[in-house]
Amino acid sequence: MLQNGPALDRDRALTRAREVASAVVDPELPMLTLADLGVLRDIDVDADGAVTAAITPTYSGCPAMAAMRDDLVRELQAAGFADTRVRVVLEPAWTTDWITPAGRAALAAAGISPPGPAPRRSGPVPLRLTPTRRAVRCPQCGSDDVVVGSEFGSTACKALYRCRSCLEPFEHVKEI
Amino acid sequence: MPDVRTHEPDEHDNAYAGLLVNDVHWAFGTDFEDPLAGVDTTVPDGVDPATLATYCLMLGDDALVLSQRIAEWCGNAPDLEEDIALSNIALDLLGQARLLLARAAAADGAQVPALPDGSPVPDEDRLAFFRDAPQFRNVRLAEVPGGDFARTIVRILLFSTWRLALFEELSRSRDAVLAAVAAKGVKELTYHRDFAGRWFLTLARGTDESRRRLLTGLDELWPLWAELFETHDVERAAALAGVGVDPAGLAADVDAVLDQVLAASGVTRPVSGPLPGTALAGRDGQHTAEFGALLAEMQVVARAHPRGQW
Repeated sequence: MLQNGPALDRDRALTRAREVASAVVDPELPMLTLADLGVLRDIDVDADGAVTAAITPTYSGCPAMAAMRDDLVRELQAAGFADTRVRVVLEPAWTTDWITPAGRAALAAAGISPPGPAPRRSGPVPLRLTPTRRAVRCPQCGSDDVVVGSEFGSTACKALYRCRSCLEPFEHVKEI
Repeated sequence: MPDVRTHEPDEHDNAYAGLLVNDVHWAFGTDFEDPLAGVDTTVPDGVDPATLATYCLMLGDDALVLSQRIAEWCGNAPDLEEDIALSNIALDLLGQARLLLARAAAADGAQVPALPDGSPVPDEDRLAFFRDAPQFRNVRLAEVPGGDFARTIVRILLFSTWRLALFEELSRSRDAVLAAVAAKGVKELTYHRDFAGRWFLTLARGTDESRRRLLTGLDELWPLWAELFETHDVERAAALAGVGVDPAGLAADVDAVLDQVLAASGVTRPVSGPLPGTALAGRDGQHTAEFGALLAEMQVVARAHPRGQW
């Protein structure tokens, strides 16, 4: 037992650090955890008990990165991990396909239309001069009679839509 | 009511709360000390660090300066949707600029302006706020005044069509940081190009006045188009080393995309030649008269408070 002690401690610490980090919510989409959003890429605990959390930006200019980092550090420190650091992962680039099923359900429950499958392509990016067609349903009434208001919403990651059935506006997380 | 998880009403609801728990940081920064924290910034074998850094400055300055110009629309656009769209495009470019300037600083610290001891300004902000016009390497298309909405659309179309093609190539760079920044940027620029392409079409086929303004903007900006495809020595060296892209090689692909937009819009390609002066003016630090005013507005607060902390 003695020789397994440190390894077991580290496993326990890793499990606990993952629990804590996985519960931290996104500052702009607080119905989602960073884990649900796919932004939290990794949690590691080294032999000395230091925690490193890896996060990736949704968009290059995402202003929420600082808040995410601070929130992760604060929560992990509050849970007893005094030595906590956050590193950035740029590759592979974040894709909406990483939003978990639980995350999609939470978005819909909050009135935000979750993204469909991210575009996959080989070769040059095609130019689209007509409005982007998406299989979007109004998160309020379920109607598919919706129209894009703008490809850019209150945050870079969302587009603005309007429902022609219930007349409510709503946001849609863009597939990237 | 659906069961929605919400955060405790504390940290994000009070703008001052963060000040009490965070470390002291530069008053004008975003407080995420290093956008490349934990990223391996080792310069690839056989690549001259100064060349890589200067190349990153070129691409970073293009994005920074155009971001500043587009941001002038914030609160001034024709309607709320376009205001938000333009602000988001400016924000994407600012994000690209931040990563590219940080990558430049990590490759060659000698190019980062020195500041008084104790200054909390991070490297990428030193590069953005403490260089003078001759040290900026951006193409002139990024810096000339924005003009009206039509001219703004023309510029975003020209710039994003060119930069998207460039970033698609750059995503295969031997420099892992540049490759990652480019791969992410491709997704963003795809939206910028589609946004500008659709508006170009709409304005061209809208009213006589919208078409007149669009064609005027195109004629005004066209003399700056050729500069984007001139190869600077630094770009040539970066391309030869496998970390950069020779812009001359992009012309055919970029022209094909631009011609799609022009054809759909019933607009013929302007015939005006390049702007007088040396072809590589912007990349060599030679800028238009208006660039000084842009830099002054962008830099004045940071320069007044190089030790500003909170």
